[in-house]
Amino acid sequence: MANMNLYSRGDKMFVRLNMLLIAIFTISTLYPFIYIAAVSLSEGSAASAGTVFWRPIGLTLAAYDYVLAEPLFWSSYRNTFIYTFGGTFVSMLIIVPGAYALSKPQLFGRRYFNLFVAFTMWFNAGLIPFFLNMRDLNLMDSYFGLIIAFACNAFNIILLRNFFESIPQSFEEAARMDGANEFQVLWKVYMPLSKPALATIILFCMVARWNGFFWAMVLLKDEQKIPLQVYLRQVIATLADDEEFGLSIIDATYSVETVTAAIMVCSIIPVMIFYPFIQKYFNKGIMLGGVKE
Amino acid sequence: MVDHTSSAAVNEPGREVAQDGHWIRIVDHFKREWQIYVMLLPMILWFVVFLYKPMYGLQVAFKDYSIFRGVAGSPWIGFEHFETLLYSDQFARALKNTFMISMLSLCFGFPVPIILALMFNEITNQLFKRTSQTIVYLPHFISTVIIAGIVITAFSPSAGIVNQFLQWLGIEPIYFLIKPEWFRPIFIGSGIWQEAGFSSIVFLAAIAGVNPSLYESAVIDGASRWQMMWKITLPSILPTIIIMLIIRIGNLLEVGFELIILLYQPATYETADVINTFIYRQGIQGAQYDLAAAAGLFNAVVAFVLVMTANTISRRLSNTSLW
Repeated sequence: MANMNLYSRGDKMFVRLNMLLIAIFTISTLYPFIYIAAVSLSEGSAASAGTVFWRPIGLTLAAYDYVLAEPLFWSSYRNTFIYTFGGTFVSMLIIVPGAYALSKPQLFGRRYFNLFVAFTMWFNAGLIPFFLNMRDLNLMDSYFGLIIAFACNAFNIILLRNFFESIPQSFEEAARMDGANEFQVLWKVYMPLSKPALATIILFCMVARWNGFFWAMVLLKDEQKIPLQVYLRQVIATLADDEEFGLSIIDATYSVETVTAAIMVCSIIPVMIFYPFIQKYFNKGIMLGGVKE
Repeated sequence: MVDHTSSAAVNEPGREVAQDGHWIRIVDHFKREWQIYVMLLPMILWFVVFLYKPMYGLQVAFKDYSIFRGVAGSPWIGFEHFETLLYSDQFARALKNTFMISMLSLCFGFPVPIILALMFNEITNQLFKRTSQTIVYLPHFISTVIIAGIVITAFSPSAGIVNQFLQWLGIEPIYFLIKPEWFRPIFIGSGIWQEAGFSSIVFLAAIAGVNPSLYESAVIDGASRWQMMWKITLPSILPTIIIMLIIRIGNLLEVGFELIILLYQPATYETADVINTFIYRQGIQGAQYDLAAAAGLFNAVVAFVLVMTANTISRRLSNTSLW
């Protein structure tokens, strides 16, 4: 871009105004998180009275004590980890070999298999047939059901297939000379060369699993199996109802507001921890995603 | 896409042998290449069981479905459910709301990431740029439930920060979440808050691809940064803007119904209830599976037509189809 000393006075004004506007946007993006964190650390009476703005009023961990003593919080937290890691693992187990096979020119009927996968991006049976299917398959209310039912999607498969296709044939030839079979070629040649694409897909899968709530809410009846987001939703529903009837439970140290905020903070923390690591991949990921079939 | 399917076979000798030769070659092919079919199989099975079987199940839209008779055993009733929907005020409302919310978020939400990308591009302080980008991308990775939790907390009539602010200004508190007129602004606003930053990545990538010599010659001609932004950057990323716009129009029916389910209440159905929330309430909560499936089929067909039209337009305009 242009050199610094070439700026005219108008340019300097423009740059400063621009920075100011970006700073405002950034702060307004960040503010809700600060607000929630402040509420979670405040005294219940202060949070219910609405006196918390950006720092905790009457700093206390009472809400966290309450949340962490709740067995359902822990079981749902554990379940979220099961769905996130188990789900991503199963996804990769199906997607990676599938995308590899689709990328092979010698695959008989390759065009039709590709269309078979891509068609689901354009036409979807919808909520009800999917739900009835899950019931017919007896996959309601089970860990396995929730994990397997959302293992694939056409977008991720096509993204990975495109990446595999972009790898020159010459890379695998040496391995084939040594008598490697398809599985070995995939494992030893293609997967190491596809790290950015694989990282992107793992990221997409994990984020979707960590945040997913709708189908978990619909398919799981057993409280012991629900993930964190469904648990959080139940707590928020209580919050909303209490508001409606004006019955907020106000304890000296915690209230519905602070407890809800504490659960939200607990759910965001792992995302915040992983965020710096995943950040370098999603620029690449979006680039890859831009190139569809 | 080029079909290489038969190229391996074509190059082999003995192509002209009779029909049995053909079969031998096919058997040969599978003997040699069985491994890639083994790799493909789980994925194809998954698609059949979880995506194509439900398409077969869509027939309940034309049936009087009963759980005990199952999908195949329930009697056909033709278009009765579609007629019911046609005369249903609730469905008409859901249809109207879907389009209204979609169009409004397109009008207000679509320009924001473009403006953000243009603004990010003008920042010369790299540390400031990276920090602010990191922060504005973050909400994309936050669960809908948390977004809803933040909205409910912030807009609460007694404890919420928004009403505290209004009170400070001397305005009576408003119970935002039971006011139909406030639902759409809140929903669209939280959508922009969550996605605008992350969506700007696509446009930033397009800006990164602009030929630097254009800026160099503009500098020599004494152009200001503002002029360069308007005359060089914006026109250069116009193709990307158009493609993104077409994709958005193709997905017009895809309103983030998960957030709606979390935020709406009977008091706000009037402006908040969209097709998918209607399907959820009628079908999954109300067990009227057949009627809800009919609404879903309608939704899927309209969405299919929109996506296909969008793709055709994009192919004509840019010679690069979206898939």
